[in-house]
Amino acid sequence: MTMTDKTMDASAPAPRGDTTPGDATQPGTAHPGPAQPAVAQLPMAKALNAGLQQAMRDDPRVLMMGEDIGPLGGVFRVTEHLQREFGPKRVLDTPLAESGIIGTAIGLAMRGYRPVCEIQFDGFIFPGFDQITTQLAKMTNRHEGQVQMPVVIRVPYGGHIGAVEHHQESPEAYFAHTPGLRLVSPSTPNDAYWMIQEAIQSNDPVMFFEPKSRYWHKGEVDMTASAVPLHSSRVVRTGTEVTLVGHGAMVTVLLQAAELAASEGTSVEVIDLRSLSPIDYEPIVRSVQKTGRLVVASEAPGFVSVSSEIAATVTERAFYSLEAPVLRVTGFDAPFPPAKLETVYLPDADRVLDAVDRAMAY
Amino acid sequence: MTSRPAAPDDQAGPIGNEKDCEVTVPNPANPAQSAQQAPASEQAPASEQATASKQAQATDHAAGQAQGAADTQAAASTQPGKGTGSFGRAWPAASTGPDENAQPVETIQVLTPEGVLRADDGPSADYLPVIESLGDDLLRRFHRDMVVTRRFDMEAANLQKQGQLGLWVPSVGQEGAQVGSAHATRAQDHVFPAYREHAIAMVRGVDLLGVIGLLRGTTHGGWNPAEVDNFHLYTLVIGSHTLHSTGYAMGIALDGNYATGNPDTDEAVIVYFGDGSTSQGDVSEALVFAASYQTPQVFFLQNNHWAISVPVSTQSRVPLVQRPMGFGIPGIQIDGNDVLASYAVTARALDETRAGRGPRFIEALTYRIGAHTSSDDPTKYRTDAELQSWVAKDPIPRYEKFLRSRGAGDDVFAAIAEEADDFAADIRRRTLELESPSTDKIFDHVYSDPHPVIDAQKLWLAEYEDSLEPEAAPGGDA
Repeated sequence: MTMTDKTMDASAPAPRGDTTPGDATQPGTAHPGPAQPAVAQLPMAKALNAGLQQAMRDDPRVLMMGEDIGPLGGVFRVTEHLQREFGPKRVLDTPLAESGIIGTAIGLAMRGYRPVCEIQFDGFIFPGFDQITTQLAKMTNRHEGQVQMPVVIRVPYGGHIGAVEHHQESPEAYFAHTPGLRLVSPSTPNDAYWMIQEAIQSNDPVMFFEPKSRYWHKGEVDMTASAVPLHSSRVVRTGTEVTLVGHGAMVTVLLQAAELAASEGTSVEVIDLRSLSPIDYEPIVRSVQKTGRLVVASEAPGFVSVSSEIAATVTERAFYSLEAPVLRVTGFDAPFPPAKLETVYLPDADRVLDAVDRAMAY
Repeated sequence: MTSRPAAPDDQAGPIGNEKDCEVTVPNPANPAQSAQQAPASEQAPASEQATASKQAQATDHAAGQAQGAADTQAAASTQPGKGTGSFGRAWPAASTGPDENAQPVETIQVLTPEGVLRADDGPSADYLPVIESLGDDLLRRFHRDMVVTRRFDMEAANLQKQGQLGLWVPSVGQEGAQVGSAHATRAQDHVFPAYREHAIAMVRGVDLLGVIGLLRGTTHGGWNPAEVDNFHLYTLVIGSHTLHSTGYAMGIALDGNYATGNPDTDEAVIVYFGDGSTSQGDVSEALVFAASYQTPQVFFLQNNHWAISVPVSTQSRVPLVQRPMGFGIPGIQIDGNDVLASYAVTARALDETRAGRGPRFIEALTYRIGAHTSSDDPTKYRTDAELQSWVAKDPIPRYEKFLRSRGAGDDVFAAIAEEADDFAADIRRRTLELESPSTDKIFDHVYSDPHPVIDAQKLWLAEYEDSLEPEAAPGGDA
């Protein structure tokens, strides 16, 4: 059943219950849903699904909006079964219009709801770009704090899935450049489970970049552990000679590179950014003070990128610790190529190691 | 006029010149003072008076040039179908020219331009009982609101000319559409304006100094919607707010706060937008979403016939009232310069939608008598004949005739004129007192939750300013 089959009539119960709009401090991380085991091996898509389910159970103001997210469960099945549990008034199959999705989510947020919008693919976010950058990001500022915008925009992004044009891109930098937005990207199922719930609890708009090439990779999800702060970066492998920083699917590549480097006798530390705006620099600066070398990697084109921003800031903050210039390993400054060339376009462990070698040669 | 206006005259001065765009329209508050007689304020500092004087010279200069453009237009208009090489001729001619924009499609009109209630049996007759049920207090209130808004508008235009506002966005001519529909809303309704809805703002309880603040550069907001009968903020990206209004109406529907059968508590949304915005994708998407979710919502289109310099015939080759029908939303066209039609039709549409009968669409035919903004020069793209034809349909004089026919005497209108003058004087006084905001305003409320970058930059700026010599400090009133 879709929303167009059944319009929102007044006879059905209001979804908000006794919740007061504007009270935004609902704890959502305290307990797992009854259907979920406390610790489970889940692929990221299922972990996100469990996180969304938990957020919807915790707060009746949380809504899902997007294309094909109802009976189909989204093209990646991240919202699978949610409409069955929560109904078509809380899981809205929308008309096919990204600006419409974001623009109406803004109105719903004004009303006290906490919409979670799914953009079907990275390259399709741009019809909604105006609403995101000129309206969503500025709405609280324009209202001088009188209105909050707790809207989450989920964006499956990145390459390695062999898809057609517009389906493999990494558009984070466009949004990182926009004041008023927050950007995060999980790299593991456990982070995905917790970070989506924290994003939904944020009173600010959060762009939630999901590394779609990691959707089907399993990892341990601990639904009993309390969440780490949403906007914190994290050391995921310790080392002493070179620091590698990346986010999303790139973290897996960096860990592969670190393993290979270790086999060649180079000790590499790997940091998962997790948050792209704001960036948690403390673990990065601390690491660079130890290693003296930094390589920043991402799938996105490097020009005016998150990687460039990190390079500039770490140079400012840890200049006297640096033994080598900060190096970037990124996608090329060219449109994402046809899929047969994606492995050439996207940084792999070898390209990261090439940068590690260049950093070590200074 | 059946041909497109002539191409802009390259000799007619730079874009954004300070051409005096207003025409002489009756100022009901003070017939002796026309819009063109902008007295330099006694309160304005000398430097501002100098600016005003400079602008006055520029105005004279541009006026002469504009006369040339008007002559060219007049010549073009005598040769229907013979283009003068303007851009428009490169495309197949629209079936309608600017004057045909207003082609009537059963236009609802309760009060004729002569100020007489229509007595025919047409569709307008349905609305007469609504009007006949209104008391004199409310009927006179309509007049008061139109007159005060126009007086306010003229004062703001003068403040802009005197350098006190960066820009002004006049609403002159559209008071009928605005005041009537605004009074048709109920207290619990939510109103989403574009940015020319000064009369609606006033009716909903906004201190119009908030509008002044937007254009003086002291705020991006100006009021708290929750404190002014849910009159939401102006939105400058054309058409964006139609989606916000639809989302808000979806929220009302999700809450079940409509269609309970109690019009005193059931909520509805009304969104205002213009003919130009109907070309924006967001407006079409808002209509799609509204139809999909059957939102309790009225789309109120003020067709003032010009999107800056582009006529409505370039936006649409059918009357805009026919647009919503393609989305499955009923549309109705009204004489937007008839405050009574605006009131009666909007009240009915709002009550239908709040009762759960789905979204409604109203096209109000009106006219932007003034310029798009104080930087615009409408003499470059529209004819004086067209303008005068609309001045003759001005919503205020016709309504005054109507009130006089119901027994209102000179004393009533004198009192309203005095109130309007007082209102304008109060706005002027408080405009001059509006101070630059604190530099904290750059950082406060970028986010709702704490943000390390904002916190660090705010702290840095404070320390930087402290480090400077006092007289060199940026920001503030220095």
